[in-house]
Amino acid sequence: MTGTLTEAQQLAYANAQAADGRVNVDLETDEGMTLNMGPQHPATHGTLRVIAKLDGEQVVSADVMCGYMHRGYEKLCEVRSYPQINTLVNRIDWLGSFANEVPFILAAEQLMGVEAPPRAMWIRTLFFELSRIANLSLFIGDLALQLGAQTPAFYAFRDREFVLNQIESVTGGRFHPNFDRIGGLKDDLPKGWIADTKAAMSRLRAYCDEMEDLVYGNEIFQTRTRGIGIIPAGVAQSYGLSGANLRGSGVDWDLRRDANIGLAYDQLDWKVWTHPDGDSFSRSWVRLQEVREATKMVDQLCDGMPAGPIMAKVPRIIKVPEGEAYVVTENPLGQMGYYLVSKGDTGPFRVKIRTASFNNISVVPWVLRGVYVPDIIAILASLYFILGDIDK
Amino acid sequence: MGLVESGKMPKPLTKLLNLSRKYSVWAYQWGLACCAIEMGAAFASPRYDVMRLGVIPFPASPRQADLVVISGTVTDKIVPAIRRLYEQMPDPKYVISMGSCANCGGPYWDSYSVTKGVDQIIPVDVYVPGCPPRPEALLEGIVLLQERIQNEDMPTRWRGENRGEPIVVG
Repeated sequence: MTGTLTEAQQLAYANAQAADGRVNVDLETDEGMTLNMGPQHPATHGTLRVIAKLDGEQVVSADVMCGYMHRGYEKLCEVRSYPQINTLVNRIDWLGSFANEVPFILAAEQLMGVEAPPRAMWIRTLFFELSRIANLSLFIGDLALQLGAQTPAFYAFRDREFVLNQIESVTGGRFHPNFDRIGGLKDDLPKGWIADTKAAMSRLRAYCDEMEDLVYGNEIFQTRTRGIGIIPAGVAQSYGLSGANLRGSGVDWDLRRDANIGLAYDQLDWKVWTHPDGDSFSRSWVRLQEVREATKMVDQLCDGMPAGPIMAKVPRIIKVPEGEAYVVTENPLGQMGYYLVSKGDTGPFRVKIRTASFNNISVVPWVLRGVYVPDIIAILASLYFILGDIDK
Repeated sequence: MGLVESGKMPKPLTKLLNLSRKYSVWAYQWGLACCAIEMGAAFASPRYDVMRLGVIPFPASPRQADLVVISGTVTDKIVPAIRRLYEQMPDPKYVISMGSCANCGGPYWDSYSVTKGVDQIIPVDVYVPGCPPRPEALLEGIVLLQERIQNEDMPTRWRGENRGEPIVVG
């Protein structure tokens, strides 16, 4: 098309085409019918490719091809400075961006020996929960959309805007806030923000109630999701599932409660929701309860906000001393951890990012065996992954 | 439409046809990354509501689409799929490149796996800058594209010539 392609790009293009061709030949020559979903399919939230071998209406085996959204975060982190990485990691799980910053900043603070003031920690917790609401409230509408109901998606987009407004009025970004700093936060909360947030939270609670009636109480929805895609607790643990996918299988495991990372969760009154069934319904039901629980937590955080500074004393040019740190938090999609190795420079020597979705979709080949074709959509939607979170 | 291909279109007819094309743009959503959510907010949320501009965002396949919105990071692995998508679309076809990643690589300008701009693969009509652009910015891009469609010379456009300089929003 244009003459500006470099040799490396041409090579990459040819390689990608060859890889595509190999898969296609592989599919054509086997027995039975092959169903190819993706790389761009609405049910995959982006660019995931699922290849299923069918026997009639049933899936015999399924394979997941990921990497279509691989952007090379871990390598990019090695050539960026710490404040720059903060901008970059926002975009891993793009629905709950603020939650991506927190573990990275906490790991850097741990290495530097800096402790953020209590007010900063509370506001971090508050934004962590706001991004959880922004992420999971969209999921509820999205799941209904996958199953053929379009209206809940409109409702989800409508009410999610109230959360985005609150995030935007503080940070300036609708969903890439880039608000966290090593040692604290960029800004304090503006005047009148807390009252607005509480109004938005009551609006979100009304949305949860509405969805519980409209979607979860719907007979068609229940038939499509109950008993579909059952993942027992043992399988979920052995595949490394986390977040609502694990709690939907009845495992009571939440790092907000079980790990001590300095956020304000231990001072709040809240509950970890689990569901014993392990099917598509229970996974989505747990997410609905988590949105509702998060709105209550935001209310408590608004009420009990301590006064004080929002920034600790840190040098202007940030150099992290030599050492290694691993911090893991409970993000909207599950466990997210940063393993940070520093050699005393302005940027890290190595960053390993543990993202939730990569482990969460590893169970897909196991859970798709023997299901019917329409249930593939229900199961993929209920596992809920973000492509940036899978491919990094 | 033998008349269009012959190149002898009467002016009033061109105007009428352009007006109808302008207000019935079928937009295919090629959502790749973060921008896909803002595109979703622009296309499927009651606050922004793209249908009031005469854009129908739900074609079943690229073969029924006039416009494709490439929103998000284009990686080297997805490039063949995007190229095939563009080739499947019927002429006249329009492309909106949404977000810094699709425009030029964005924050991944030095990444080994990201294509630095979708314009290396397919011609782009409108660039919408931002990381990610607000839904309003995408709507602005669509409005500017509609203005261009209104003033187009149909025979040359049908032959795929005379695309004009790309529009940059903002």
